[in-house]
Amino acid sequence: MNSAQTIVPKKVSANIQTNGSVAVIDALMSENVTTVFGYPGGAIMPIYDALYDYIDKINHILVRHEQGAIHAAQGFARSSGEVGVVFATSGPGATNLVTGLADAQIDSTPVVCITGQVFAHLLGTDAFQETDVINITSPVTKWNYQVTDANEISDVLAKAFYIAKSGRPGPVLIDITKNAQLQMFDYKGYSPCIHVRSYRPKPIVRETYIYEAAQLINSAKKPFVIFGQGVILGKAEQEFLDFLEKSGIPAAWTIMGMSAVPTDHPLCVGMLGMHGNLAPNYMTNQCDVLIAIGMRFDDRVTGRLDKYAKQAKVIHLDIDPAEIDKNVKTTVAVWGDCKETLPLLTKHIEKRTHKAWLEEFRKLNQKEQDKIITTELNPATDELTMGEVIKLLNELTNGEAITVTDVGQHQMVACRYSHQKNTRSNITSGGLGTMGFAIPAAIGAKFGAPHREVIAIMGDGGAQMNIQELGTIMQFKPNVKIVILNNQFLGMVRQWQELFHEKRYSFTDITSPDFVMLAQAYGINGKKVTQRSNLKDTLNEMLQSNESYLVEVMVGKQDNVFPMVPQGKGVAEIVLGVDEL
Amino acid sequence: MSKQEFTLSIYTENHVGLINKIATMFTRRKISIHSLNTSPSEIDNIYRFTLVVIESAEVVQNLVKQIEKLVDVFKVFCNTNDEIIWQQMALYKVPTQTIMKDIKVERVLREFGAKAVVIREDYTIFEVTGQDDEINKFLNFLHNYNLKEFVKSARIAIIRANEGVHKKVIEMDANDPTKDPINNEFLSKKTMVFNY
Repeated sequence: MNSAQTIVPKKVSANIQTNGSVAVIDALMSENVTTVFGYPGGAIMPIYDALYDYIDKINHILVRHEQGAIHAAQGFARSSGEVGVVFATSGPGATNLVTGLADAQIDSTPVVCITGQVFAHLLGTDAFQETDVINITSPVTKWNYQVTDANEISDVLAKAFYIAKSGRPGPVLIDITKNAQLQMFDYKGYSPCIHVRSYRPKPIVRETYIYEAAQLINSAKKPFVIFGQGVILGKAEQEFLDFLEKSGIPAAWTIMGMSAVPTDHPLCVGMLGMHGNLAPNYMTNQCDVLIAIGMRFDDRVTGRLDKYAKQAKVIHLDIDPAEIDKNVKTTVAVWGDCKETLPLLTKHIEKRTHKAWLEEFRKLNQKEQDKIITTELNPATDELTMGEVIKLLNELTNGEAITVTDVGQHQMVACRYSHQKNTRSNITSGGLGTMGFAIPAAIGAKFGAPHREVIAIMGDGGAQMNIQELGTIMQFKPNVKIVILNNQFLGMVRQWQELFHEKRYSFTDITSPDFVMLAQAYGINGKKVTQRSNLKDTLNEMLQSNESYLVEVMVGKQDNVFPMVPQGKGVAEIVLGVDEL
Repeated sequence: MSKQEFTLSIYTENHVGLINKIATMFTRRKISIHSLNTSPSEIDNIYRFTLVVIESAEVVQNLVKQIEKLVDVFKVFCNTNDEIIWQQMALYKVPTQTIMKDIKVERVLREFGAKAVVIREDYTIFEVTGQDDEINKFLNFLHNYNLKEFVKSARIAIIRANEGVHKKVIEMDANDPTKDPINNEFLSKKTMVFNY
């Protein structure tokens, strides 16, 4: 029987003889999957064959490398709040996913990867394109499972989607052997999974902890809120805003939490972390109660732990019990989904303002403004700065765009200076720091939020790491804007070499192709900017374009990102320039 | 913080590959597993891993929480040695001639709490079930009698306070805000892997 003739309508309940591949496609349709990023190959051909009957319902984006597929799925998940789906074949197809899986795991991004695998009878025989993908991916997935019998496919995929998106989200990989894809069986239809007996997606909320936390907040003189991606993942932006505005507490975001509330909100005092703002880093060691919401005290946020907020009582709201007390000891732990815990907390706290306390943040921010920001955004030299590009983008997009960044200096600059009015506007590789993330993630972000402007910002190093995805843009025409901030160096490493390795620039001097010509080879228009006088018009032209567009901006070769919390130092030891090191 | 022996009892689904997922939790942190045993538990289709690590309480607490996050793990109990009853088994092979010639076997077996499992003309196998010191004592003794083979099993342990996983889980759930007791109503149902 030709699988192309066995079209199973959605949600079949009667027994129908069909093959495993059709069950896979039906599972995706039942989960309302509209977009799949993938790359075919021998061991996944039956699934692609089944997909061929549904190309009007499922938009399959053919990427140019499997790493591009998973980063695109991550971008899709991050911009849409839905699960990103990836198809890849066995062997190299599957191993090419590993970086993206690790990225999605550490940044809690819901992704379901379906990989083909050799026939079950060939497992362990070193067959062509066979690799032990389950064991390779175990440490970088929330869950993975190998299917060798078509009868398992529906239940396993239902479980995969449930696990990927519930609780603290994460990547799931399902490896399906080719015999299971081809196997004819009695298809019983698809039922979504709502419970796995050994898995508890989120803790139940107990009022005693809420009450203790509220008491502590009400008694605080200098409370400080730090928030992470948990607010966005929990879709609790409004609940968080209500909490913030009633409590009147100054709040700072982690790089992953950025855009959960508008960046210009009067209570927002900037970004935490190694290259975050002066005030939030410094004031972490001045506050009396530190309220951490949906964040995990990453070492880039805390700096040296034994010098981190030692004076403060810590309230930690998190959905993942393993995060409580992992790095920073809490005074009051509030286990639970912040969508549920925040409204309860808001109910119990007193309405306050903290004017004088907030003013202390403002004073420090002014100091940073004078010493760093003004010159970065309005440079007096001929050399262009990364910051002024971001500033112009803010003006031209009115802070409405999704900013997708790669990893390095430009990432820190973009996150420091971007204005973002809407949630899910900052898509970056936070925990893993994956260079090459931006182009594919921007493609995915555009498919996840087609009505929003998507701007990928990257350096000249990261741009080349997944440059092949320009081919995906060429073929599928997502309207993404690409801005390469070219300093002709692997800038962040060069900065560290300058500051901590006596300017021994070991292999950070990198040459690049003509990015504009390269884009043109892929049918993408572009311009190179070397002078300030052309910058605004070119960026404007890029944004006005109805198609993808690439702008390469030549920026200062040896500019540094400051402030900086040097590695091994406490957050209060943040420095504003080379002279303070 | 000082290191000590901890015994972890991990209740899991019986899935292929789970042993690797659990093992990588330790290897990733460069913690060596001193002993590992897998066995069925009191509940059909639910497995029990027993692991011994020597670590600080703080490290083990974080580790336990990470292991409990594995989708196929139900519950992890972490106990110090005074909270458990534990045993290991050892087997010793010696040439029968040597051991018969030089000692009074019955007296030795009584002294070391050992028993003879196999007695043949060419060799004899003894068994000791107990803790490290008991097993090692007999081992040292037999070294003098041309010991040919020695093997020791992993530790298995019963938690003193534990009246079976059901009650303990529910009791812990009552104190631990991270768990919802009602989830465990499925714990004894062996076939419902994907419960709806």
